[in-house]
Amino acid sequence: MKITVLSLILFVTPALAIQPDEILKDTVLEERARVISKELRCLVCQNQSIDDSDAPLARDLRVLVRERLQAGESNEEVINFVVDRYGDFVLLRPPVKASTLVLWLSPVAALIVGIFLLLTWFRKQKQLVPVQAKPLSEEEKKKLQAAFKRDEG
Amino acid sequence: MFARVAFLPVAVVFAVSVLFAMYLWQVGPGGKDISTLPSALIDKPVPEFELAPIEGRQLGLKSSDLKSAGLSLVNVWASWCPPCRVEHPYLMSLAEKGVTIFGINYRDKPADALRFLKSLGDPYKRIGADTTGRVSIDWGIYGYPETFLVDRTGRIRYRHVGPISPQVIETVLNPLMDKIAAK
Repeated sequence: MKITVLSLILFVTPALAIQPDEILKDTVLEERARVISKELRCLVCQNQSIDDSDAPLARDLRVLVRERLQAGESNEEVINFVVDRYGDFVLLRPPVKASTLVLWLSPVAALIVGIFLLLTWFRKQKQLVPVQAKPLSEEEKKKLQAAFKRDEG
Repeated sequence: MFARVAFLPVAVVFAVSVLFAMYLWQVGPGGKDISTLPSALIDKPVPEFELAPIEGRQLGLKSSDLKSAGLSLVNVWASWCPPCRVEHPYLMSLAEKGVTIFGINYRDKPADALRFLKSLGDPYKRIGADTTGRVSIDWGIYGYPETFLVDRTGRIRYRHVGPISPQVIETVLNPLMDKIAAK
């Protein structure tokens, strides 16, 4: 019993925003619609895709995507249709363009700066010379021996 | 040498913190609200559309209306949208000053929309009822209300997301309308 419950919990998937009446009968088209929906940002709740969002606008866009697919458009044409109206921000994966270059290059820049910092730190470590201890003077040796003797005595 | 390099991470952390703080309070350079998106339609002609009037009214709205009206505002609103009520008095005063305002009534019940106009006043020259939300998608609308400034050639010049306020009228819309009208 426990195992059944546990395995059921493990196989639970997050609830989908998509409503039964939106789903296309044509499974191939529906599959493509799902792929496109995951790429498009819901602009009302900006960190969700329209596939994840319950917002009415997300629903409108899901329906629109399916209508355009049924009209025979390619995935790219459908996505461009939405981008023409909402701009690049509607794409969850921003395209590489002059205006998004900072976005794409900043992780690389951060990595380079990090490597540079590590290298300088390692070099610094290598340059450190261990301090040579001075040998004990005669007087110090005598003091030491005296201390040992006191201990033994 | 090491002291100089050690200050670098501190500077980076500081810069990143400032950036995070800006996003936290949603303020961009110059005090701009960075949560609103730039419209993809700026400087493009208005999308082609034709909307029937709200049931019980005479005049609907289509793209050619916007091309023959001179400088105008297009306001997307709904009776169920609280910020639309907030901005309504300011639309009324703009209309009284002679600004042409067109309305797109987004996903509203005709009776509710008519009651809204009856109780708060009607600043609109024409209103199209977007019952399916499809025309709003063509306009790239994602928040309500939104207001567009359309020049006399039917080109979108500015988009404001959220309610119009006296401050928006004073600092943005009026200067922009003066500038466009002067050309």
